[in-house]
Amino acid sequence: MNVIFYIAAIIAIIATALVITGKNAVHALLYLIVSLLAISLIFFLLGAPFIAALEVIVYAGAIMVLFVFVIMMLNLGKAWEKTERSWFSAKAWIGPGILCIILLAELIMVFCSSAIPSGSTGVIGPRRVGVALFGPYVLGVELTAMLLMAGIVGAYHIGREKKRQYHRYLQNDEEKEGGL
Amino acid sequence: MIQVSMHLELLLAAILFLLGLIGVLVRRNILFVLMSAEIMLNAAGLAFVVAGAHWMQAEGQVMFIFILAMAAAEVSVGLALILQMHRQHKTVDTRVLNQLKDDPVPPVKELTEIQEEVNS
Repeated sequence: MNVIFYIAAIIAIIATALVITGKNAVHALLYLIVSLLAISLIFFLLGAPFIAALEVIVYAGAIMVLFVFVIMMLNLGKAWEKTERSWFSAKAWIGPGILCIILLAELIMVFCSSAIPSGSTGVIGPRRVGVALFGPYVLGVELTAMLLMAGIVGAYHIGREKKRQYHRYLQNDEEKEGGL
Repeated sequence: MIQVSMHLELLLAAILFLLGLIGVLVRRNILFVLMSAEIMLNAAGLAFVVAGAHWMQAEGQVMFIFILAMAAAEVSVGLALILQMHRQHKTVDTRVLNQLKDDPVPPVKELTEIQEEVNS
């Protein structure tokens, strides 16, 4: 079982690295799905089968489909791939890369120095999660529902194609320019 | 169940989070920035589930569900904003969005030049 965890972890890290270094948006998205599926496997190994299923259904299913639709609507062609390549300079990467490596070293130090109790892991099924979700955390569920509603309304309002409306004065100006 | 120490699992979450952070800091295509934000949210959720699994509590998974719902709402609004950006500026380059600056830098020429090259 441990070997499966290591393999899934390595696949997740490699796929994520390929996402952030990718040039074609669709390829990067496919790598992101691979990474999410690997993390889903890790959730299953951690004894969270419900979360593993949610990760596949909601993340790899619904959210990624949204991304695919938007990439299709944007219709970035070959020209964009060339532009991405020209942006891909070592100068842009070196600063954040070094800072993040320092941060990672600090995190490793913190993890290794702190004593974490090694409790026995077991499966926490959907039943216990549901009882917790609709017992003490029911207020959070209500707030999440409001958040999702705000997301729907916001996405509809922002994503709508608005007709550009000019003031009468400017409209006349435009007509004049068009006439000239 | 796996017998991997909690250090390794948290380390995986940290590495994924930092990869997402590098993506947010480095990429200029706003689609990739949004994808990196997703990676970071997912890594945070992984840390919650790891902690919940090791203390045998359901709270970690509850928090992951909240993060999931938040990520879904964030992505829908973010993608709508990207669509609007593409409609108004015809690009997905984050550097174009500098109109709050006092002295705007002229817009990026690279894409148009390349498109002219492709067309010619």
